[in-house]
Amino acid sequence: MAKAEKIEHVGLARVLGPAHVWALGVGIVLVGEYMGWNFAVGKGGAYAALMACWFAGILYTCVAMIDSEVTSTVAAAGGQYTQAKHIVGPLMAFNVGLYLVFAYTMLEAANAITVGFLVDTVATMSGHQGGVDQRPFIILSIMFLAWLNYRGVLATLTFNLVITAIAFTAVVVLFLTTAGIFGAGPLRHADLLSGQAALPYGWLGVLASMHFGLWFYLGIEGTTQAAEEVRSPARALPFGTLAGVMTLAIAATLTWYVCAGLMPWEYLGQSGVPLFDAARLSGSYGLMVFLGIGTLFATLASANGCINDASRAWFAMGRDRYLPGWFGAVHPKYRTPYRSIIFLVPIALIFALGAPLDQVVTFSILSGLLEYTFMPLNIILFRRKWPLDTIKRGYEHPFHPLPAMVLLGLCGLAFFAVFLGYGTQLVAMIAFYIVVSLWFHFWRYRFVNRGAQFTMPWPKPRGY
Amino acid sequence: MTRYQAPVQGKVGQVIDVIVLLIMAIGALYIPLWMGMAGSSKVPQPVTDPTWESLGQNAVMVEQWQKLGFADAASASEMITARFDYSFSIGALVAMIVVIVGYYAILLRFSEKEYREVIAEKFGE
Repeated sequence: MAKAEKIEHVGLARVLGPAHVWALGVGIVLVGEYMGWNFAVGKGGAYAALMACWFAGILYTCVAMIDSEVTSTVAAAGGQYTQAKHIVGPLMAFNVGLYLVFAYTMLEAANAITVGFLVDTVATMSGHQGGVDQRPFIILSIMFLAWLNYRGVLATLTFNLVITAIAFTAVVVLFLTTAGIFGAGPLRHADLLSGQAALPYGWLGVLASMHFGLWFYLGIEGTTQAAEEVRSPARALPFGTLAGVMTLAIAATLTWYVCAGLMPWEYLGQSGVPLFDAARLSGSYGLMVFLGIGTLFATLASANGCINDASRAWFAMGRDRYLPGWFGAVHPKYRTPYRSIIFLVPIALIFALGAPLDQVVTFSILSGLLEYTFMPLNIILFRRKWPLDTIKRGYEHPFHPLPAMVLLGLCGLAFFAVFLGYGTQLVAMIAFYIVVSLWFHFWRYRFVNRGAQFTMPWPKPRGY
Repeated sequence: MTRYQAPVQGKVGQVIDVIVLLIMAIGALYIPLWMGMAGSSKVPQPVTDPTWESLGQNAVMVEQWQKLGFADAASASEMITARFDYSFSIGALVAMIVVIVGYYAILLRFSEKEYREVIAEKFGE
């Protein structure tokens, strides 16, 4: 027992800098350029997807601004979960913790599905009759990355830094090669986006596209999960997160430009690996190989970051007894939340092996969307309970409460966008969170010490 | 204020709680998929004897389809004609709004009750 308690109180290692924060954020999300975003084209056409991309960019700018302020003050493992615990209350924190775990675990499953699909596509192109069984590749990628996470955060995120840089370079090279900057290029926007292909569902399609438009950026807020392992949270977290949003906005626009100029929207809207397909259509074998590697690296980097983030959120909830305390243990040698890492592996596998990609992506987006809806409530309550003169922030976001109001409005639009075409998943997800909230409030919360949950050195909140 | 002492949960209780959580998660999210109750409402519109022209494809589009491995219009027909059905009833929309707003209302109400206990114990009353 004494040994177990000792293990639980070993802290996470503070070894990460701003570049790691950037790599964690962009590494998780860059895969959104390689797969998934194009379902926005399927829901509204190519122009609708571009508009959704920019609206989602505004949404995530608000997320980054708000999140940077709170995170530069609440620098602890668990990110938004820990914020909710200190600012809104335990039940909200429990829900936010689950949003994080499910958003990242579903994203991890989506990445593994894409790895399997890519291997199958390459095998078919190489002349393998009937394709290959994707399941071993799905299982292998999840197990390998879980093992890497088990061994240590520095090695994990350094690995992410390298493969994210390669995947991002691949997007830029594809753009430079195909955009016609160095001569005639293969892009045919005028012909591929003419007539009914421009806006096949009209303006309702633009709204509907917002659903998968979030995929261009979903997960960037995961930078806050590393708060307890960053050397200088007040500087590194805002810098890493905002640099990440800018990187993704650029990559998203380049991706859209290349893909929309090479593929008919009906194909693009259903493609499993759109950037790889774009490279195939460019006519360059070398580019096709590079984008194949880029797709593989982007999915691995994303899945890697997802395991890191989901396990930190699960670990933080275990440490607070919101979940069984067994999960709150840190590995005595590697100093990682190893039990949480191992526990989430089979959940990722169940969805990766048994659910279609667009459904898994939708579950991830829905959990993310619920989390973004929490953020405006969080910042409004934060400023009300602790006005600017009561706590020193590492970063103060400007124009409050405008970003919060804009974020809330865009979240409302995104809920409606999901409702158009994926209403059943929306209902299933909300039903799950309602039931699990009642379970927490009426059963699980009895195992949680009250005052001990509040660990920040802050004064008493106003109004209490 | 009396300090709340949380009971220590036994190992069996911890295992049961994890199983309950797993059942709720997989039950709510995976079983509807497995039973075919969830999924996108995108459905292909059957076209008899499709041609590239009848599918609304111009010469450049046809060229790209062929590069992608779709040799003729029939092979691409299902993909080209699949459309989402965005029709919905006002009742369904209102129900969705009520469910989402109600969910956040429950969260904020119960959280506030729990939060007051936390602050009272942490800072004293």
